[in-house]
This record gives sequence, C-alpha cells and structure tokens, in this order.
Amino acid sequence: MLKTETITLNLGPQHPSTHGVFRLKLQLDGEAVRDLEPVMGYLHRGIEKLSEERTYVQVVPLTDRLDYVCSMTNNQAYAIAVEKMAGIEVPERAEYIRVIMAEFTRIINHLMAVGFLWNELGAYFTPVVYCFRERERVLDLFEMTCGSRMMCNYMRPGGVSVDLPEGFIPQAKKLNDHLKTFVDELDRLLSENEIFLSRAVNVGVLPADVAINASITGPMLRASGVLYDIRKVDHYSIYDRFDFEVPTCEHGDVWDRYYQHILEMYQSVRIIDQALDGIPQGEVMNKAAAKATRRPPEGEAYGRIESPKGELSFYVVSDGSGNPYRLRIRPPSMINLSALKEMCQGHKIQDIVIILGSVNLTMADLDR
Amino acid sequence: MEFVRDLFVNIGAWFSGWLGGFLPAWAVTLIMGLIGVIILVVIGLSSVLVLTLGERKVIGRIQDRPGPNRWGPFGIFQPVADGIKMLTKEDIVPRGADYWMHLLAPIIIIVPALLIYAVLPFGAGVRGTDLNIGILYIVALGSIGTVAILMAGWSSNNKYALLGAFRVVAQLISYEIPMVLSIVAVVLLSGSMSMVKIVESQTVPYIVAMPMVFLVYLVSAFAELYRAPFDMIEADSELVAGYFTEYSGMKFVMFFMAEYINLMAMSAIITTLFLGGWRFLGVERLLPLLSPFIFFAKCGAMIFLFWWVRGTFPRIRIDHLLALAWKFLVPLALVNLMIVGLVDKLVEGALLTGVVLLVANIVEVVIVLAILSLVGHKTRSKRLQRITARPR
Repeated sequence: MLKTETITLNLGPQHPSTHGVFRLKLQLDGEAVRDLEPVMGYLHRGIEKLSEERTYVQVVPLTDRLDYVCSMTNNQAYAIAVEKMAGIEVPERAEYIRVIMAEFTRIINHLMAVGFLWNELGAYFTPVVYCFRERERVLDLFEMTCGSRMMCNYMRPGGVSVDLPEGFIPQAKKLNDHLKTFVDELDRLLSENEIFLSRAVNVGVLPADVAINASITGPMLRASGVLYDIRKVDHYSIYDRFDFEVPTCEHGDVWDRYYQHILEMYQSVRIIDQALDGIPQGEVMNKAAAKATRRPPEGEAYGRIESPKGELSFYVVSDGSGNPYRLRIRPPSMINLSALKEMCQGHKIQDIVIILGSVNLTMADLDR
Repeated sequence: MEFVRDLFVNIGAWFSGWLGGFLPAWAVTLIMGLIGVIILVVIGLSSVLVLTLGERKVIGRIQDRPGPNRWGPFGIFQPVADGIKMLTKEDIVPRGADYWMHLLAPIIIIVPALLIYAVLPFGAGVRGTDLNIGILYIVALGSIGTVAILMAGWSSNNKYALLGAFRVVAQLISYEIPMVLSIVAVVLLSGSMSMVKIVESQTVPYIVAMPMVFLVYLVSAFAELYRAPFDMIEADSELVAGYFTEYSGMKFVMFFMAEYINLMAMSAIITTLFLGGWRFLGVERLLPLLSPFIFFAKCGAMIFLFWWVRGTFPRIRIDHLLALAWKFLVPLALVNLMIVGLVDKLVEGALLTGVVLLVANIVEVVIVLAILSLVGHKTRSKRLQRITARPR
C-alpha cells in the first residue's frame, strides 16, 4: 500500500474570502479535507469589557460595531434587553420605526450574503455590485434618518433617538416597491444557474438534528428545515401585528442556505409594506427612559431578537450603578460557525470556500 | 483606384518590387520576411494593450460601473500605466528555484503564442504565410504552452505552485481532445488543413452548418484559455496558489501577456474555422481592402463573447471540469465527427451539405438534451420546482 500523508494548509487570516480576519487550518488528503480547525480572535476588541465602563446609553454605539452590516438590529437587541431590565415601555411609533429599520437591515444583510456567496463562487464580483447598488439605496434611507450609513446608533433603550424626517415614508415606499422587483430579478438571474446548481446542491449539508444540537439559529437553521423564528416564537416588539410567513428549505446545503436568504427577503418586503402603511403619529422616545437608564435597579435581563444572521441576544446585569455590571453578547456568527467541521467533511478546498460563504459570517460579530 | 481596392496586398507587392530594383533576391525575401515578422509581433503585442483595457471597460459596464477612466480619455492610457508599473517591479527568483527553468518558462509560454499569428489569415492575401498544414501547426503550438506551465510550477520550489500547475495542465490536456476532434470535423468538411483554404471553402459559414461542433469547440476554447468559467487557477478566492505565484516583474508580465495573446489568437482561429474568416456576403470580392476589417470585426465579436461570459458566470469545480471534458465533450465530439463524415460523403453540393448538416445538428441537440434530462440529477429538478413555487 502507498504511504500517504495529509498536507496541512493554512487558509490564513488575510485572504480574500475569509469574510474578515479568520484563520482556518486544514488537513488535506489530496483535494479532500480531512480535518479543519478554525482560529478566531483576530478582531477581538473587548466590547463586553468596554461596556462595563460606560453608561447604558453610551453602550449603544459599541453595539453598532458588533456586526457592522446590521447595526440597527444590534441596537434593537440591546435596547430590548435594557428595557426588560429597567422596565421601560416603548411608544407605538417607535416600535413601528424599529420594525421598518430592522426589516430593511435584514434585506441589506441578505443582499450582502447573496452577493458575497457568489463572489466566492467566482462570478467575478458582478452579483456583489448588483446587490450593493440596492444596498446603497437603503443606506441612503438610513443616512437620511440618523445621519450615518452604517454605524447608526439609532435605537436606544426607550425608543429611537430621532423621529423620521419629512420625506422618509414616500422614499421608503418607493424603495420597497423597487426592492420587490429587484429581489425577483435576482432570484431569476441567479437561482437556476447550472454552474451554481452543480457546485452548491448537496454541498455542505447540515442535517437538522446537528443544527439544533449546535444551537444554530437564523437562516442557516431554517434552511435545514427547522421552523424557528424568534419573531414568531417570542412575539417581541410588534411583529404580531404583521402578516408574514417564515420560509424553510429542506436539505440544508449551500443552495438551500442561499435560497433561504432570497425567500426571507421576499417576506421582509411584505413586512415593510404593512409597517409603512400602518405607522401612527406620536412620540418616538419614552420620556422616562433617560431617568430609568441613569441608575436602573439591580437586576438582570436577557433580550433576544431574530437578527439577520440568527439569534442575537444580550444578557445585561445591573448592580444599581450607572454602568452595566456585565454585558454578555451571544454572537450568532460564532455559534453558526461551530458546525463547520461537520458540514465540510469530505469536501474539496473549493467547496470549503463556498460553505464558509454560505454561513454568512461577519468576523466583527464573531470576535466582538 | 485599382491600387487602393486591394491595398495591403498591393503595397506589399510594390515594396518588394522596389527593393528588388537594387537588392538580390535572397535579400528581398529576407527583408520582406523580417517586416512581416515585425508586423505580426506588433499585432500580437498591441492586442494585449487593447484587450486588457477593453476587458476592464466591458466587465465594468456589465457591473454597472465605468471601468478605468482616469488615465486618458476613456482610460486609453491605462495599459501604458500598467506597463510602466510592471516594468519597475523587482525581479525576484526564489531561493532553491531552478534558475534556468525559472527564466525559460515565461519565454516558452509567450513565443508559441506569437508564432500562431504567422498562419492566421487576416484578410484576402493578408497573412504571414499559407502553410498547407496550417491548423495542425496551430494545434502543435498550443501544446507547447502546457510544457511551459509545468516548468513554471516546478521551478518555483513551492509545492502549492506545483499542485496548481498540475491542475492547469490537467485542464489543458483534457480539453485539447474535444478541440482537436472539432477541428478534424472542420478539416473534413473543407478538405484541407490550410487556413486559407478553410476560409475559401466556407460558402456557408461552418457555424451555421454545424453549430454543435462550434459549441464543443467554444467550450474547449474557454478551457484552453483558462478563462471563466474555467479560471480556477487565477481565482483569488481559491487556496492553492497559481503556477505563476513566484514570478514578479517582467516574467509575470510574460505569463499575463501570453494569456491575452492567446485570447486574440483563439478568437482569430474561431473566426477562421467557423465564422467564415474574412468573407462577408461577397463584399470581400468587391473590395478586398475591407477584408481585414471584416476579419477583425468578427474577432472582436468573439472576444466580446469571452469578456461577457467572464463577467457573468461563476467558476466550475476542478472535478466537474474534468468530468465535463472526458464524459461529455469527447463523446459528443466523436458523434459530431461521425455525423459530419456521413453527411459529407452522402450529400453532394456545398449548399445542400450545409442544410443537411444543420438539420442533423438540430436533431443531435434534441437527442442530447433528452438524454441529459433522463440521466440528470433528480435533486436538481426538485430544486427547480422549488423555484417555480416561490412567492410573488
């Protein structure tokens, strides 16, 4: 018999396809991957520790920088946790605004996920540019509202920081109608591509029981066939008032995870439609919130949302002073990555790259 | 007016006549040969300039952005800027590398690419030379490039470069078979291997007469040029380093230029073999001056196709690539060859042969698609059902 050895290959921290700085040590047997070991922590900034030195409102810009693609939903998760702990109510109009912003964030995250998956596949950046063209339109809306495209710092405990500007609702309605046709166009352009089908079908299969055991949440879990969406399970914010479905796919391979993102975009567009139609007048920040978060009573709370990547949750512990005693963030990207080894068994190097792309990571979220 | 009508040929004849006035015959042949070589090399190398810029502009437009537009109007000085950048880079030879092979590999890859231009018929009478084994010469030169890639991968003293070189060589060798079989079908129909005679025998362009042969050749051409969707060697998101990793400066430029020179040459070959070369509805007989322009216009259309596909499709995995070559294209090319041979012998007359071949090719397409849908993956059709059931 031939004596064969496995090669150790390093998919190093700087690499065009690692979605940030992420190192992967692979044991290769020819082309097939036998073992892999992820090395993380290159982007650790100590957000949890930093937040212990700040007041509750000063932590909100820190949460922006967790998963920089979806900063609005990060804010929302933190705001919900602090509101639970301090017992603050959120006014109606603020809730509607939060839903609109969260669903737009879901759309931009999924656009980026689809675009960069196709970049891994080698479609030479064209789908990325198309998706980013639409993403820029949504970011224009964000800039109109809170002054910043990505680091929004918008949803605070007790409501949102400023009210929507004058032209927001007509522009948002126009954009939403445009997004409906765009998502349809993207679906027709990309989903049936023969090369994509041959590369993504039955590649990186994640069985439903493995996903549940690994605490995977979000589009990755639903693509494996498990119907679990925190918007429907926890009934947080005012999602109960909107009529939307939670799509699932059956097989849990790369194609299904891609298609899950497309299906969720269809649903987000529906929710935004209903929210824009039904938004009431009123104030956008609870007046009592500022006092309540200055020195909240001792206690702890766990607030979680369905962020575009999965379950993002904050565990806030207060010791009666103005700063959080402990802020623990559950990063969806890190937990979703934990099943990488099971998904990659026996596949080739080219497949590892697209499986990593289909998990839709943001390293800032993983390392915090 | 007569002179201008067939300008290029007449200028050449006038010039060699003028030289013959005061030089012996062997000197005239030598000088005319050298001038021909210089012109062909200039065409080859300047095609790199035009193609690099054109590709970036066209792919930019596909991606809804302008492409390079900073250097010069419409970015026309961008290749100059690229050239200056490349020339000023340091030339690094890795320690432990085989120095002479490291030096020779870029030379061996670019010289055959340029040699192809010697037999391409750019117009009526406008060509380097008319070898009566023209297309065989081209196939032979295409194979030399493969050796150069192995040399480059081996001499880099880098096991990943060597692995990358192996993959490229596997790709190139696998796709030469369907390519050569398609060429044999063309040669069968035209009765000669000379490029000029192939063009002259295309009363009906062979793309119309036998589209399946054209398609097999086109797919093989994409793989031979290692362009998308077969470009996994230059993929920056793949791990295994390409064979040219350890090259820098002018040597890397040689590999890079060889790719574009091959692109131009391959488009010219496809134009000659399938699109009718310099012929266009008899215009070239009225005004032979126009024939190089017709040729380059057809070349340009093919090159645009290559750019278009690059900006559109994702990459194919290496095992799918090899399976496509050996399990699909080679049998298909053999079937095509049989059909062409049968029809050629049984049917008389060029036009009738063309029509019968077209019908036979269409029947073949239908049969192939039927076989594929029967044999094809069941899981894929379930996904497609999923897509049609999507929410509106």
